[in-house]
Amino acid sequence: MSDLFLIAHIAGRAVAIESRQVESVVDIGAIVPVPGTDRQVRGLAALRSRVVTVIDTHAALGLPAPEIEATRAVITQVEGHHYAILVDSLEDVAPFDLTPLSPGIVLDRGWRTTGCGIVERAGEPILAIDLRALVPGLAAIAA
Amino acid sequence: MVTAHPRGPMDDLLQEFIAETRETLEALSGEIVAWEASPDDRDRLDAIFRFVHTVKGSCGFLDLPRLARLSHAAEDVLAAVRSGERHPDTQLVNAVLAIVDRIGEIVEAIDAGVPLDDTGEEMLITALEEGASVPTQAHTPIASRNPTRSVRLNVDLLDRMMSGMSDMVLARNELARRLRDDGADPTVEAALERLSLTVAEMRDTVTRTRMQKIDALFSALPRMVRDTAAELGKSVTLHVEGSDVELDREMIEMMRDPLVHIVRNAIDHGLEAPLERRALGKREAGRLTVSARQSGNQIIIEIADDGRGIDTDRLIAKIAGNGGRSAKELDALSDKAKLALVFEPGVSTKEAVTAISGRGVGMDVVRANVEQIGGRIELSNAPGKGLRLAIHVPLTLSIIATIGVGVGDQRFAISRQAIEEIVRVGGDAIRVDMLGGTPAATVRDRRMPLVDLGGLLDLSGDNASTMLVIVGVPGGSFALAVESVLDHEELVIKPAAPAVMATGVYAGQTLPDSGLPMLLLDCAGIASAAGLQFGTEVAVDEVAEEAQAPSVSALLFDDLDGARRLVPLTIIDRIEPVPVEAIRFSGGRLRLSVDGRIIPLAVQGEWDRRATVSVLRLRDGNAEVGYAIAEALDIVVLPDTVVPAKEAGPVAGVVSIDDEQIELLDLHWLFATHGAELGAAEPPVCLIDGAESAWMKTFLKPVLEGAGYRVATRLKPGEAAAVVLTMGGSETPPTGNVPVVRLRRDRAVGDSADTSIYRYDRDGLLAALAQSAGGR
Repeated sequence: MSDLFLIAHIAGRAVAIESRQVESVVDIGAIVPVPGTDRQVRGLAALRSRVVTVIDTHAALGLPAPEIEATRAVITQVEGHHYAILVDSLEDVAPFDLTPLSPGIVLDRGWRTTGCGIVERAGEPILAIDLRALVPGLAAIAA
Repeated sequence: MVTAHPRGPMDDLLQEFIAETRETLEALSGEIVAWEASPDDRDRLDAIFRFVHTVKGSCGFLDLPRLARLSHAAEDVLAAVRSGERHPDTQLVNAVLAIVDRIGEIVEAIDAGVPLDDTGEEMLITALEEGASVPTQAHTPIASRNPTRSVRLNVDLLDRMMSGMSDMVLARNELARRLRDDGADPTVEAALERLSLTVAEMRDTVTRTRMQKIDALFSALPRMVRDTAAELGKSVTLHVEGSDVELDREMIEMMRDPLVHIVRNAIDHGLEAPLERRALGKREAGRLTVSARQSGNQIIIEIADDGRGIDTDRLIAKIAGNGGRSAKELDALSDKAKLALVFEPGVSTKEAVTAISGRGVGMDVVRANVEQIGGRIELSNAPGKGLRLAIHVPLTLSIIATIGVGVGDQRFAISRQAIEEIVRVGGDAIRVDMLGGTPAATVRDRRMPLVDLGGLLDLSGDNASTMLVIVGVPGGSFALAVESVLDHEELVIKPAAPAVMATGVYAGQTLPDSGLPMLLLDCAGIASAAGLQFGTEVAVDEVAEEAQAPSVSALLFDDLDGARRLVPLTIIDRIEPVPVEAIRFSGGRLRLSVDGRIIPLAVQGEWDRRATVSVLRLRDGNAEVGYAIAEALDIVVLPDTVVPAKEAGPVAGVVSIDDEQIELLDLHWLFATHGAELGAAEPPVCLIDGAESAWMKTFLKPVLEGAGYRVATRLKPGEAAAVVLTMGGSETPPTGNVPVVRLRRDRAVGDSADTSIYRYDRDGLLAALAQSAGGR
């Protein structure tokens, strides 16, 4: 059975995000830093009347900071809080079949916790990721 | 007839009660049917039990005695079923259901404002008894439902309204900025001004739909406490603090029942009766403190009493007695776990069941309600001294008055409640110094630790942090150094994401009108993040302080004979210097003239060579005795051990204070010996009675008082007149054995049998009175 996936680019790689996790896709304006938090928390931003916590995806994945600050973000809601997950760019939304990671493939660094399978677009395998794994400070993430 | 409709603020509560009961009844109707089908179903039983219990609670509070009686009766029976004493047979189930129906009918009648005949209610209650016959219930048709003046809205709808409102404010700000930049013409600006006003007003209204001052919860407490206390014959002083904390309406609604239960429990189970309290050395009026405060991302509602606390041993005995776990098993529990046993269903340490809080059932329901909204209850118990119960509820949404502070490029909000004052560093009065490597602030005569916000948060600005915000946290105060202090704002605070809260220095986030998110600082969190250590917690101090209260304090003094003696403090009315001229040996003993009265004076030693002496005025009820001393020294705690004196006398015994032997005055002996005359010293009462009492009072009172009578026109309860004075031909009231002296208006005697006295015959009158009153 196919599900809708949003194809985005993070750190130069294409990733697939299950559309059920995506509330909206926005351009983030001014970000107010939150001193004292983990590096993954880029800060707070206003989204209309809502305050969202902006997640620095590079930091969450354990990657070096990008040269150009990302301003696009995918909004997701986890445990009642809204998060803006920064992405480099967005492609399209299309139905794909999610298949498990092929045996033997071990993801590196932060990708390991967030990768949850593979979707195939015209022969090109794309890593499907779970946004919740990028959000720090959650009690426990269901496998 | 239905109880009189309460007016005023109670109307709101009544409306809420009606809406709530109606709602619960609707939800309950399914349960009732299910219970009827299987009476052994414990969950259904509990649901119905909770309903009648809640109704009972609300009724006492709203003064609805009929509903209270019905629900109390049903609750009794259901409690018996819960404890296994009764079996839920058809007859019992029917009887309970009849009462539930009746409650529904009465509620509808109250709402419609129509009278409802109360015949048959007695029968409904009787039908609950074991072996009673099932009554045939006469249903009274009720006038059609009154449309209520309040509506219930989905919270999501309100939330959408609120966020829509915020969007509107931001849009208005944007518009205003653009117009200003473009130099708009005055008419447009005037229109914008009008829009701004409307938007501001509107926002206020919309916010109120969601938020409410916790006062809405607390305002009903004084009345409830008074009524409950009166019903139980107790005396309670209520202190309410923090009623201006604003909370999510939803939260307030959810807190209502738990709060009512806890307060009732505190009065019923916690606070002792006045006599018992006095015997324990406590104030007769129990103290009940209900307070609300925001702490970090929580609102804490605290209910503290100075009653008997929870007796865990009795609690264990009770639970062990109910079967289930053994006393041994329960004894092995930690103190905290033992205390938590009060939350077990159907537990109460109180033997007698009362209409107020019943049998402790409240507590399991209370905990369930609080946990339902993500809160928790903490107990801190001091057996014999009181119970402090803190309900922690998560701060989902609240309006907090804040002060904005700036560090570097960033702004933060600080709750105004936490701020003691804001000062600028400068001069000698307010300075910052380094003590070793630790900065300390001196603000006038106070010295306190200093936390540099910029340093703590790793934010460096161009300006020096010269503003000190003095904040109070549990245990003490500290100075928070910031670069600038901005404006004061009322902000809607929401909880921040877990990763943000995990830092421990933020209490929540908010979106001010600037459109830039802002964080609310948690001052207690900052103190601990900065490693500040304040002495023991305040709560501990208070308990320790209260622990001192029951011990007896005594006054240490040097007596006139050079001995050092003690007298319990409670008996001393006051201590005052008296010139020795006021002391006279008259009428066979030493007496002291003071405040226009004469009181007996006890003395040990020489007094007449001094110019003045200090007198302890000791009072026991109406009796007063003076005790002359040389000098009052100190107030000490009376040691428990008193070595009795060899023989009865002014000294009861000897105690040891700092290894010194000190004599303790024998109050009993003092009052028995010196106070005994007091009864006789009371002036005889001359009762003025009859038609001319006004004249007699005006003309004769000074004369009579000069002659040593106390003049009264009416007797106080328990008082007896020595003589009754009347005038003219007015009917002599029945006076029993009290002699009557009659005055007449004219000098001439009417007839020879007339024994009355001419009203201006002063000597004759006084002689007659003296003769009648017993030769005075």
